[in-house]
Amino acid sequence: MLLKLLFRNAFRHRLRTLLTIGGIAVAILAFGLLRTVISAWYAGVEASSASRLVTRNAISLIFPLPISYKEKIRSVEGVGVVSYGNWFGGVYIDEKNFFANFAIEPRTYFNLYSEYLLSDDETAAFFRERKACVAGQKLAKRFGWNVGDTITLRGTIFPGNWDFVLRGIYQGKDKTIDDNQFFFHWDYLNETLKKNLPRRADQVGFYMIGLKRPDQAAATSEAVDGLFKNSYAETLTETEKAFQLSFVSMSEAIITVIQLVSYVIIVIIMAVVANTMAMSVRERMGEYAVFKTLGFGRGYLAGLILGESFTLTSLGGLLGIGVTFPIASAFARAVGQFFPVFHVSTETILMDVAAAVIVGVVAAVIPIWRVVQVRIADGLGRIG
Amino acid sequence: MLSNHIAVIEITDLVKSYRRGSQSIPVLEHLFLKIEEGEFLALMGPSGSGKSTLLNLIAGLDQVDSGSIRVGGEEITGLSEIELATWRAGHVGFIFQFYNLIPVLTAFENVELPLMLTGLSKKARKAHVATALSLVSLQDRMDHYPRQLSGGQQQRVAIARAVVTDPTILVADEPTGDLDRHSAEDVLRLMDQLCSELGKTIVMVTHDPRAARKAHTLKYLEKGVLTDAPQIAVPECL
Repeated sequence: MLLKLLFRNAFRHRLRTLLTIGGIAVAILAFGLLRTVISAWYAGVEASSASRLVTRNAISLIFPLPISYKEKIRSVEGVGVVSYGNWFGGVYIDEKNFFANFAIEPRTYFNLYSEYLLSDDETAAFFRERKACVAGQKLAKRFGWNVGDTITLRGTIFPGNWDFVLRGIYQGKDKTIDDNQFFFHWDYLNETLKKNLPRRADQVGFYMIGLKRPDQAAATSEAVDGLFKNSYAETLTETEKAFQLSFVSMSEAIITVIQLVSYVIIVIIMAVVANTMAMSVRERMGEYAVFKTLGFGRGYLAGLILGESFTLTSLGGLLGIGVTFPIASAFARAVGQFFPVFHVSTETILMDVAAAVIVGVVAAVIPIWRVVQVRIADGLGRIG
Repeated sequence: MLSNHIAVIEITDLVKSYRRGSQSIPVLEHLFLKIEEGEFLALMGPSGSGKSTLLNLIAGLDQVDSGSIRVGGEEITGLSEIELATWRAGHVGFIFQFYNLIPVLTAFENVELPLMLTGLSKKARKAHVATALSLVSLQDRMDHYPRQLSGGQQQRVAIARAVVTDPTILVADEPTGDLDRHSAEDVLRLMDQLCSELGKTIVMVTHDPRAARKAHTLKYLEKGVLTDAPQIAVPECL
């Protein structure tokens, strides 16, 4: 019966309760979306492997490295696979259609990135044909591409129009894998450059190294960089995670602000729910005094108030979490080119639940304290 | 009229004062009182005389400054707040002026409320509630919410709630204060019945001379001092 009482109390003022639940739902939705934006920012970092190293020019990523480094890197102890590639920076029809596109050495690259799932037929077709390319399924869906289509990218770093034939559409192993990318043969780029811009040929933007043993990452990095010390193109080798983090750190201030705003939202809704609970309890102080009179202890009363607070935050939280998914999907469609991996993670849902629980507890603390403290005679409003 | 002469409530040298800022305001001064089992005692006196304070102390709702209160042979002045709560649940039934029913609970649920602390099974609780509601002739209204009942009916539900645990004493603070004459008569008749037929000990605070006349014993409290009340004259119009 006390559970029944708790629910009836929660809905005694329906409009107030519905508005409070709505407020909590909006706050949880906003919190969940902001946390998802932060997760999306770190998607590359999260998806990076501990068994992969990235080697780039020590001065900056925009300076290339000679292709001749490949064999030298391969000779370093602990190195398993060496792949390489260039950021191509091509534009599809219009600049607003941004997506990441890379010229890669396909066999070694797809060997390193086993999380990109491509059928055997598609893999064979991609490897076989010089002008072949593969695209992530989200990207292909976005532009309505089908296998066999010819796709033309306008080069911004490498001038000219570049035609590719789509030979495969890859899927990410799970939701955290970016399936918004576009890959084609580095040889195609290099041979074209040899003809048109020979001084830019035989150069790569980065090397990807597959380690035999991930725990040897530091020693291997050091050994690779040691090879090219005092050369005209010194290298900087780091784990893939550190490499990805260096991009994220450029926008760290924005991420910090988003994080702060997400917490501020929770604090605001905490104040709103606390106010609702305080009003409700103040109006019912006489009833709580009756409960005390009848012999109900502090634990019962605290349970009633806490339960009521939890009822509000649970319903608001569930509603908020429920609408987070469709809204996040719509958001992902709208900003897919900026956040290739944008999905509501289990961690975000757990944080939503934790936020709802914390709001429920904090909002009930002061009302419980007041009810526990009030003298029965004062609560009943009768001292003669 | 009284079933026997055992003092169920025994108050000895009771002192109670309230603090207002740095000032101490005495309410009850060296008060002695014995109430026998099955007695129906009415306490009268002007506003602020300490009637409700005395009732609160007897019911274990407030703490004394000094002195002793024994109810059913048990000294209650030394009990902690938690012990008092447990003691009240088992020994005291409360009847308030404004009924103080829980508005979101039905008559049945309101009466069942004190039984939630007893550990009785649901079936046993149901039987107890049915008995209590039939005692106040409201068994056909058990599913009604307080807002669906008249003032007199609400007070009868409150009486059922007060007696459902079969307490040692019943305390009533102005039980007819918010009722029309007819309803007040019903409630007083019911209280008299509880006393005479079920042997309940009742302590009632009232301003209402008609209510006071129903009591077996009348005490008058003024400026913290308890005296036997003078004969009450009830005007003809009442």
